[in-house]
Amino acid sequence: MSDIAISSSPTIPRWLSRLKPKSVGGAITTCILFLGAWVMVFPFIWMISSSVKPTDEVYDSDFTIIPKTFKGFENYYNVMFEQPYLMFILNSMIVCTGILAVQLLTAIPAAYALAKLKFRGSTILFGTVIACLTIPINVTSIPIYVGLVKVGLLDTYISMMFPFFISVFAIFLFRQFFKGFPDSIIQAARVDGFSEIEIILRLILPSAVPAIAAFSVFSFVAHWNDLYWPLIVVQSQDKMTATLSIMQYQSDFGTDHGRIFASATVVTMPMVIAFLFARRLFIRGITMTGVKG
Amino acid sequence: MSAMASLMQSKQTRLAYMLVMPAAVLILVIYILPIIIVFFVSLTDYSLVSDYYEFVGMENYEKMFSDEAFGNALVNTLIYAAIFLPAAFIVSLVLAIAIQEQKQFRSVLEVLFFLPVTSTLAAMAIVWAALMDSGQGVINHVIVSIGLEKINFLGSEDLVLFSLAIISLWSIIGFNMVLFLAGLTSIPQNLYEAAAIDGASHPIDKFFRVTWPMLGPTTMFVAVTTSITAFKLFDTVAIVTQGGPDHASEVFLYLAFLEGFEYFNMGYSSALSLFFLCIIFTFALVQAFFADRNVQY
Repeated sequence: MSDIAISSSPTIPRWLSRLKPKSVGGAITTCILFLGAWVMVFPFIWMISSSVKPTDEVYDSDFTIIPKTFKGFENYYNVMFEQPYLMFILNSMIVCTGILAVQLLTAIPAAYALAKLKFRGSTILFGTVIACLTIPINVTSIPIYVGLVKVGLLDTYISMMFPFFISVFAIFLFRQFFKGFPDSIIQAARVDGFSEIEIILRLILPSAVPAIAAFSVFSFVAHWNDLYWPLIVVQSQDKMTATLSIMQYQSDFGTDHGRIFASATVVTMPMVIAFLFARRLFIRGITMTGVKG
Repeated sequence: MSAMASLMQSKQTRLAYMLVMPAAVLILVIYILPIIIVFFVSLTDYSLVSDYYEFVGMENYEKMFSDEAFGNALVNTLIYAAIFLPAAFIVSLVLAIAIQEQKQFRSVLEVLFFLPVTSTLAAMAIVWAALMDSGQGVINHVIVSIGLEKINFLGSEDLVLFSLAIISLWSIIGFNMVLFLAGLTSIPQNLYEAAAIDGASHPIDKFFRVTWPMLGPTTMFVAVTTSITAFKLFDTVAIVTQGGPDHASEVFLYLAFLEGFEYFNMGYSSALSLFFLCIIFTFALVQAFFADRNVQY
């Protein structure tokens, strides 16, 4: 009844009638949900707002989102060019890219062999992969750290990447994915004279792009946000990652609150912006393991 | 023909070994050897400061169970988990159900709730510390403006775990919500219609007669993975409280970190690490056990 009334009335535009809630209860739920969403987003808004404020305004008792005095240019210029933040971000990029590249290079061939080739020991290897899925870095950190100290690799990019060169999760994920690839196609390709390497590169890889993309996002985000391992192996400032820098600059900037939150924004925004551009991929990639962090 | 086939087979086997070799070596070096070493180190008084060490047998484990810091860290972790787990579970589930019924706003809300998950928790932790500031934080401004007393979120021994749980909750709700949403979408719509014919048309009836039973595998998965996340609490403690005030927020992983990498008590820290592994392993076993029983579709 009300639908007819709206559609026959020319004064209400169509998009507005689409937004009309089904019931009062539905409207209330929607309002509550948006209120909740505001709470979720508020820390970001507060952070960005504080990052463009002068120090004494950050903790002002009448908080305003729009700053009374705009110090954004000074704060960000200081963080980006007078502080080594560009280098920290570059370090994070190098470490995350290096980890991901080695993870893909080692996991994809192994996963293909486990999924499609017969060889002795494959059951043991796959069982080991499953068992290792439960072992977090926090348990193996001491021997790996001591080992890196002994070979003199502490405070290098290699030491920052090393424990993550193999992702048992990637092997597991890609194996499940490759399993689903039809054997008949692989068999036909073999008959046509394709070598196994060609089969991997020309048949399997193109079909696995969605899984590889999702895993890449997962890996990159996880290691960008990682604090634990860089905290252990990084000693000098020129190897510091963006996330680790938060720990140092929190104390170094002391009371310069505007700059602290400008640096926090610089550290967290790359991932947040990337997420906004590739929402589906991020949600799929990050929730893939089930374990956050 | 069969000779040819066996030749191809042996060629394939050799290739298979080549393909798994890098991964197998890395698994050995990064997982298996360290686990073996961590076990042996836990039986010594090894400390990075000196190369001399001796076997002390079970001493580190005995120390662990009589160590006040260990007991304190374990209790803190359990209190934190007791606050964090139910909230992380229930809020996310309610949220997922509410969002699923949204038509036009669903994807917007999904993105807004998921935003904290992608953000760098270490950076957002200092934002939360500022929001929760006992003197001038925004949250306390709101509390004062509605006529209540200021709350010392991070400086009070009684409240600090609760405050850390709020931060963790903020960072995980969107994550669990997405897992629940995936579970909810896979429930066949006709079950709800059948339940409605049977008289279950009230939303609460529908929830307990269809949604909850059908969501079984997802709820188990979320419960286990959230528990593991709870035991892995580290970033916010390291950035915001450093275990304080007076060790009130010194949780398990942070204690293991301090013992190993601040005091260099490698032997003792190894024992703590293995204890931690046992906890994680228990959760994984629970999950595997239920996953086997719940595969019904």
